[in-house]
Amino acid sequence: MSRGRKKRILIAKPGLDGHDRGVKVVARALRNAGMEVIYAGLHQTPLQIVNAAIDEDVDAIGLSILSGAHNTIFPKIISFLKDRGASDILVFGGGTIPKKDLKNLKSLGIGEIFTTGTDTHEIIDYLDRTLKR
Amino acid sequence: MDNENGTETVGRGDKGSSGEDSFRNLSGFKIKALYGPEDISHLNPETDLGLPGEYPFTRGIHKTMYRQRPWTIRQLGSLDSPSRANERIRHLLKMGATGISLCLDMPTIMGKDSDDPLAEGEVGSCGGVAIDSIEDMRHLLEGIPIDEVSINFVSNSQSAVLLAMFVAVAAERNIPLEKLTGTMQNDILKEYQAQKSYYFPPRPSMRLTVNTLSFCNKFLPRFNPISISGYHLASAGATPVQELAFTLANGFTYVEEGIRSGLSVDSFAPRLSFFFKAHNDFFENIAKFRAARRIWAKTMRERFEAKDRRSCILRMHAQTSGSSLTAHQAENNIIRVTTQALSAVLGGTQSLHTNAFDEAVSIPTTGSEKLALRTQQIISKESGVINTIDPLAGSYYVEALTNQMETECYKYFKEIENLGGVISAIEKGYYARIIADSAFNYQEEIEKRKRTVVGLNEFFEEEEIDIELRAADPGFEDEKISGLTDLKKNRDQALVKTCLNDIREVSQGSDNIMPALIKAVKSYVTLGEIIGEMKEVFGEYREDYIY
Repeated sequence: MSRGRKKRILIAKPGLDGHDRGVKVVARALRNAGMEVIYAGLHQTPLQIVNAAIDEDVDAIGLSILSGAHNTIFPKIISFLKDRGASDILVFGGGTIPKKDLKNLKSLGIGEIFTTGTDTHEIIDYLDRTLKR
Repeated sequence: MDNENGTETVGRGDKGSSGEDSFRNLSGFKIKALYGPEDISHLNPETDLGLPGEYPFTRGIHKTMYRQRPWTIRQLGSLDSPSRANERIRHLLKMGATGISLCLDMPTIMGKDSDDPLAEGEVGSCGGVAIDSIEDMRHLLEGIPIDEVSINFVSNSQSAVLLAMFVAVAAERNIPLEKLTGTMQNDILKEYQAQKSYYFPPRPSMRLTVNTLSFCNKFLPRFNPISISGYHLASAGATPVQELAFTLANGFTYVEEGIRSGLSVDSFAPRLSFFFKAHNDFFENIAKFRAARRIWAKTMRERFEAKDRRSCILRMHAQTSGSSLTAHQAENNIIRVTTQALSAVLGGTQSLHTNAFDEAVSIPTTGSEKLALRTQQIISKESGVINTIDPLAGSYYVEALTNQMETECYKYFKEIENLGGVISAIEKGYYARIIADSAFNYQEEIEKRKRTVVGLNEFFEEEEIDIELRAADPGFEDEKISGLTDLKKNRDQALVKTCLNDIREVSQGSDNIMPALIKAVKSYVTLGEIIGEMKEVFGEYREDYIY
């Protein structure tokens, strides 16, 4: 990313679930940490999320999934990003995601997954570290 | 809460949470070191407390409370497929559960059939059962005495459709409708405020709810057409006092709407039921339940001029706090659930769901589910707390806190009224703002160690946490879709069309929608098709996102 520009992060909640407490807390924590946050809201399809990420020229996409649909939704987002030549956009996520699925998701290109009990500063530190490169 | 000599303690220097600030409850009320007669000098025991079973029901809704009427031990009986959920319900009843709550999977919650493209990967999700058609409802309820065991459907935007299926299945089994027991959660207002499983805009949703109220009033006198729920508000972040105020304000809104639709207050108010969270702060929770009953009773009598005493009685289901459970040192959750459950009992609940200790990491196992159920049985049968009715009445602290809850509630009622009422406050983003603020504050308090979470921000131990989603059987989604495809192929297509047309027409007009829905579900029209048709008429809601 270019120097001096604020980090731009798209936060979204794909799938049918509407439990948005976590996603909103993270969105606000990132905003308070000086990032530009675009919250795409609820019930977004993978394609809508990828389109929004490209239109908004973001550095990263943060996804919250609590419903167990991560193995269906994450790969789609990665593949749509690839199709659009936007694989440089970092994808990270959070929610109720079993360890056994983490390896596979990371090998597909998901940067990091934050599960329940995570301190919001961990997420901020991660984005600071990763998006500096 | 207080120290040995009863004076204010300043800056008691334990690590982590410390100082005066830590003596606050979850609503943020500053808690004094000691309470005495001066704290309840304005309390009039006769008019503010009354006797148990008497107005204003602060001390409980029954004369003898748990001595003669134990609370309903109501546990979750849902699982991906209707037949597996049915097995689980039977198993729970065999273990001593006396009521059942049923959650739906995400597609059903969002009004979509299992074969909807947006349902991919979510059929049977979150331990919820997938209901597409009356066929599923038949399997779900097979052999369950639905006139004896109350089933609480955790169903909201689609409640009218599920009620139609429930009624149609009861009719097939020759169970008289007037004998049917159970509950539809059917509380649409809190969906816009907190849980977010809405699809229609608030006003048509409210019309559907009122249609079910009026239908149940006529045909299902023992059924609770609505369970006005604070639990989800609290889970989304509302503090206990906000949960209480918002839930009661929602309740009053349903009463107003029922009256506006032409029902007399006493014809439907006795069947309104409530659902609250039993959170971590023990006495705050007890005060919340007691204040809830008093505010409801007084408002029903004074503002809505209810004559039937049952209209003034707030009956409630309570659940321990899922959002207070931690993935770290998950066994600690057993103790959290126990103290929360005890507070619900001391607060006088009619029904209780204890969470399983492993919920932060998985769908409960048979073992954790049994432990949760046994927790209630131990409180009920071993602890002795049920021996006398409302043992905490007259406690300086509990009564002062109950009063404070009540006073603070009226401040929120005023704010909501100034915004033009509940629906208008939803549209203006009032709830979204307050709940987002409270959720963020709570997280910040934990991260800054102003609020202790044992095993997480204090007494932390390095451990491997693994989350296990007992997701539906891998083959379940395909199996469900193929069954649904067959069903859609082998029905009277012309009849389906007529039914959908009828639904469209009734939706456009103002007649009660229930008869058209019952006819449709009997003709194998699916939930997704019905909701789809209604969306054409009612439109879809989109909220402004506030965080």
